[in-house]
Amino acid sequence: MKQALLSICAAALGLTMAGQASAASTLETVKARGKLVCGVSLATPGFAAPDDKGRMQGFDADICRSIAAAVFGDGDKVEFVPTNINTRFQALQSGEIDVLSRQTTHTFSRDASLGLDFGPTVFYDGQGLMVPKSLGVSSAKELTEAAICTLPGTTTAQNISDFFRAINGKFELVVFESPDENRAAFYSGRCEAITSDRSDLASIRAVANNPADYIVLPETISKEPLAPAFRQNDSQWGDIVSWSVWLLMAAEEKGITQANVDEKLKSEDPDVQRMLGATEELGKMLGLDNKWGYNVIKSVGNYGEVFERNVGEGTKLGLTRGPNALWNAGGMIYSPPIR
Amino acid sequence: MADVQMLALAPPQPAPTAQRLGKFSAYFGTPGNTIVSLLSIAGILFIAKLAFGWLVIDAVFSGAGEACKVASGACWPFVAQKLRYMVFGFYPYEEQWRPLLALLLLFGACGVSMVPRFWSRNLLLAWIVVILPVLYILMAGGVFGLTPVPTTSWGGLPLSFLLSFIGLTLAMPLGIVLALARASNLPAIRVLAVGFIEIVRGVPLISILFMATVMLPLFMPDGVTIDKLVRAQVAIILFASAYIAEIVRGGLQDVPAGQHEAGKSLGLHYWQVMRKIVLPQALKKVIPPMVGLFIGFFQDTTLVTIVGLVDFLDTVRSAIRDPEWQGIAVLEGYLVAAAVYFTFSALMGAYSRFLENHFRTTHA
Repeated sequence: MKQALLSICAAALGLTMAGQASAASTLETVKARGKLVCGVSLATPGFAAPDDKGRMQGFDADICRSIAAAVFGDGDKVEFVPTNINTRFQALQSGEIDVLSRQTTHTFSRDASLGLDFGPTVFYDGQGLMVPKSLGVSSAKELTEAAICTLPGTTTAQNISDFFRAINGKFELVVFESPDENRAAFYSGRCEAITSDRSDLASIRAVANNPADYIVLPETISKEPLAPAFRQNDSQWGDIVSWSVWLLMAAEEKGITQANVDEKLKSEDPDVQRMLGATEELGKMLGLDNKWGYNVIKSVGNYGEVFERNVGEGTKLGLTRGPNALWNAGGMIYSPPIR
Repeated sequence: MADVQMLALAPPQPAPTAQRLGKFSAYFGTPGNTIVSLLSIAGILFIAKLAFGWLVIDAVFSGAGEACKVASGACWPFVAQKLRYMVFGFYPYEEQWRPLLALLLLFGACGVSMVPRFWSRNLLLAWIVVILPVLYILMAGGVFGLTPVPTTSWGGLPLSFLLSFIGLTLAMPLGIVLALARASNLPAIRVLAVGFIEIVRGVPLISILFMATVMLPLFMPDGVTIDKLVRAQVAIILFASAYIAEIVRGGLQDVPAGQHEAGKSLGLHYWQVMRKIVLPQALKKVIPPMVGLFIGFFQDTTLVTIVGLVDFLDTVRSAIRDPEWQGIAVLEGYLVAAAVYFTFSALMGAYSRFLENHFRTTHA
């Protein structure tokens, strides 16, 4: 009776008991729930932004879908939880979300002190500067006494200060609270330059009246490897997140696409056979269905497809692969062998 | 209310000049008035022309982002395409009739409850037994064949209304109890009430929301989480109740001590005196500041965006950042948000004036 009363109270309060408390692994919790809960950002076009029907679209969202496909065989068994910069790590620590896929830079202090681990880098970003062509500069080092527009709060402002201190340059930082104001200030000529991550600069440039009037300077002043994060001390779950991501990369290397994955099941290539679960039992080792690899590619396609669909040259962001090309195409995307 | 009473007590005054001369001459009676009136009319016409040009003449009514980019007027295709997302957020597209129905039910129920003639014990009972559970079932699902929708998928206008209306409705009785406790003769109760009110009023709403969403889960045992929406809702209720308590206390102090004593001498006990004599007078006096507070809180619920809940303003903002419309429809998006918040704030203001009139009595 007391137990029943307690559970009614708990239900009324919206309390949810995740499995049998602490002992349950993330994989068991996720499987028992029947869906993956994935923390993403709310309005970062290309990475995670809702479409007209409120369905999450973007690069980060597809990373979530690939993990869901690996676990459930269905990339749509994801509940997207919008998180912001203030709540993202706490949401992961408290178990509100299973994985955080939110343009989060993998850094030493986050890894070491926040009770979480990072998966493989899914996107190599870096902070850059954009200027109008009419300014006539071709390098950030030529920007003397320039006013630079930026957003507060993240490491962006700190990076730009570090950069100019290192070259003994003078500059004036103009900080805006919202991205809209920031962009408008740059285009109205309030600042000579605007600084942000290169992927973000591309989207800012895309909405200019004439994008050809602006150039992104060659310097990359910070390293921003974006990676999914999960709670630490759960190796099995960490493996599932990591290998779901690596599988996307390996599939691109092997030419497996969303369209040809069914044909590739019959491929003679032993690597492909292993990845798609046609031979051996790699999926079982992760505690997943043996067809996990097939399911992931069937749901979201390979890394290249995810990239092109969300942020590639055919989209409004129009990013080139750059450092995010495969290792054998001059980039840094490199998956350990799946065998 | 105080000034209303003053007017009622004051001797009848001669009608001001303006009224004697009719409306027209109030504006054009003297050369100075004429100049001011003409300038004002010219200004209004000028602004109306600008607004009409932007809203209608130069506006784009069909097409995509590219058409809006070259036009100088409003971009209505953006509003048409994004309206459903702005209103309902992430709620599953096929199920959005449910929050729509919930909103209509909430409006209908509020509309009925605003008419003093319908105020009764039964109405209160209907809210508790029928309306609130139906609202919850519509939104959350899980029974009667409705697909369950987790609160993390709630967003937009239903979320904003839920947080503010439910929050204020529940904060009101709590606030009254706190006000009575603060005015109590029992020291322990008084100290507790003062402590609660001063602590809550001493910190900003944002920090309470942060405590509820960021700190609280860290104190919970492993694997137990309280729904984020519930945490934010409780935080808003507690916060609002402290402010309501202070406003009600102001009203209580304004009720002459004689009222209290008269009740006692009739043999009524404390709760009877409060419920039948003191509180009705006190609450009547504090309608204007109370509605001001409600309007403020209705708008303050936009702060929940900081703890990761997606309220109406947040869905509008994320719609603006859609790459297809980015940098094109910023003003349109914020105007939609402003129009919605203004409409409901103005309705509350109008209702406040209606209540003041309704309760206007003269104490001779």
